[in-house]
Amino acid sequence: MDPVFLSGQLFTGLSVASLLLLTALGLALSFGLMRVINMAHGEFLMIGGYLTFIAAKVAGPGFLWLAFPLAFVGTALLGALLEAAVIRRLYGRPLDTLLATWGISLILQQAARQIFGSTGVPVTAPDWLNGAVTVHGGALDGLTFPYVRLFVIVLAALVLGGMWLLLSRSRFGMHVRAVNQNREMAAALGVNTRQLDLLVFSLGAGIAGIAGVGLALLSPVNPAVGSAYIVNAFLVVVVGGVGSVLGAGAAALLLGFTTALAEGLTSSSLAQAIMLILVVAFLQWKPRGLIPTRSRALEDA
Amino acid sequence: MTGGAMNRATQTALLLVAAAALIAAPFYLGAYSLTLLGRVLALSIAALGICVVWGRTGILSLGQGLFFGLGGYALAMHLKLAATAKGELPDFMVYNGVESLPWFWKPFASAPFALAMVLILPALAAGLVAWLMFRRRITGVYVSIITQALVLAFVTWLNGSQGLTSGTNGITDFQTFLGIDLRSSGTGLTHGLYWVTLLILGVCMAGTSWLLRTHFGSLLTAIQGNENRVRFLGYNPAAYKIAAFAFGGLLSGLSGALYTLHLGTISPAMIGVTFSIELVVWVALGGRASIVGAVGGMVAGQLAKDRISSAVPDAWLYIMGALFVLVVLVLPQGVAGLLNRRGSAGGSEVEAGAGHAADLPRTSKTGEQA
Repeated sequence: MDPVFLSGQLFTGLSVASLLLLTALGLALSFGLMRVINMAHGEFLMIGGYLTFIAAKVAGPGFLWLAFPLAFVGTALLGALLEAAVIRRLYGRPLDTLLATWGISLILQQAARQIFGSTGVPVTAPDWLNGAVTVHGGALDGLTFPYVRLFVIVLAALVLGGMWLLLSRSRFGMHVRAVNQNREMAAALGVNTRQLDLLVFSLGAGIAGIAGVGLALLSPVNPAVGSAYIVNAFLVVVVGGVGSVLGAGAAALLLGFTTALAEGLTSSSLAQAIMLILVVAFLQWKPRGLIPTRSRALEDA
Repeated sequence: MTGGAMNRATQTALLLVAAAALIAAPFYLGAYSLTLLGRVLALSIAALGICVVWGRTGILSLGQGLFFGLGGYALAMHLKLAATAKGELPDFMVYNGVESLPWFWKPFASAPFALAMVLILPALAAGLVAWLMFRRRITGVYVSIITQALVLAFVTWLNGSQGLTSGTNGITDFQTFLGIDLRSSGTGLTHGLYWVTLLILGVCMAGTSWLLRTHFGSLLTAIQGNENRVRFLGYNPAAYKIAAFAFGGLLSGLSGALYTLHLGTISPAMIGVTFSIELVVWVALGGRASIVGAVGGMVAGQLAKDRISSAVPDAWLYIMGALFVLVVLVLPQGVAGLLNRRGSAGGSEVEAGAGHAADLPRTSKTGEQA
């Protein structure tokens, strides 16, 4: 295959993987910690996108300074509300959280449709993000890297790095890891698990909101965008290993590249099917994902 | 509600009244309502499968649309070939520049083959998916996520394969089935199709009810309660789960074929992720562990959907979303669970609630909430 086309495809795959990773991080955290399957998580991404659209309307071309805090705080607050109102009552019933949050995602999608219309709203990237790096000479002559996609990739890398630092170096992170390993024991040692659940869930929602900013820069935001991402984001969590931030990062890259390659070789509709067959095959080999959480419990979901 | 026997007699009486009302429906319902009811009854067969797989075995499949679609497409392919002149290609293939009939279409020219495939194809596919998952002890929410991704992949493939499957338009324009003219607008066809659907649903309900009362059925309930304990007793839970999943797939496929016959078309939009989750929710509403509950939930839910979504289209998704949340929060065992609780004091609810606990060793908290 043409090396320029292939590299371009891989680069696009990397930027898609970045958004996928930012979406999956929140899922991996809430799934790992609370065993909550949040089907409305994709809608946090969507809301982050719409908040970016609003920020662009309010602040003009240099809207990013407003978009990031607005998207993060807005989705985190909504996440907190959702946790306190619904999810809190469903701990220990993962399949029920799945159904309840699916209902919430329907409500959010319909609300978005009525407020913003069912066609996508475009967000124009700031001037300094317009343009691309072009490779001259060599085997990759003519390959371009658009700034916007580079920006999204850097953004994901920064958030992933920040999350890793937060989880491995801070007191908060220590509590999260403790609850993840043994909730009862952590609670007995004085960790306020209920408060931690709320914080982690809101943090995951906020990160999805940040992913929404990246999404809005790449393509118009529409009410269905959340449902387009959610299934793949869950696959990232499953392949990565529940609750593992590093696993989610590796799995997002793996899935992003595989899809991009398969799309380059066949068609986008076949690519989805191929990726899924690979995921199921992978789970035959490693049923607990790339980086499994070790546990002696017999019935560890 | 004095005793179990009395309660059972009341239940049987109610069931007989409902059955009589359904059998007589063509004589008092209008054409529109009757076709709607027929379609809903066809969907109820898929609800039975969900009752076995989820309600009894504790496996939440979000991909029943896949097996529903396989059954529906198996029949639709035959109907399409029956409507196409001998030696010619179906119209959508001609538009898409397909030169000769794809190999997997060829055997569907035979009606017995297509009818067999309506049952075999979904059961085999479900069995294979289940085998891949359960032999590696993939459980709980993983199963839900994988099945959901499978149905998404299937729908994406259907959409992308214009020349092979007619893509987003789906397969349509049927004319005859086993020599019966499907285009006739007479009552003979609508009444006949309705009664056939009702009969098949009745047979499936009786069959499922019998199956769940056998040793096999008890094992399914036991697996939902505590799979490891079943394993320690010397059984292989994976084998039972695969069998249950294949049975659920078979019922979904049959349901899909009947639904296709009622609607006169099948398309990817009809069987996708939203459809698959909706099926699950109506079953949850009625009561997933109860056969009557699952069927009743599906019938009531689909009828309500038809009425409300045509009266207030914008509000429908809000109502449905709110229903999801309320059912889960207030009625985890559905309406049937509520009625049971009234009838007999608790007992079975604890057992059913243990299904959640199997997903996670946090039993003490679950007990309070269930």
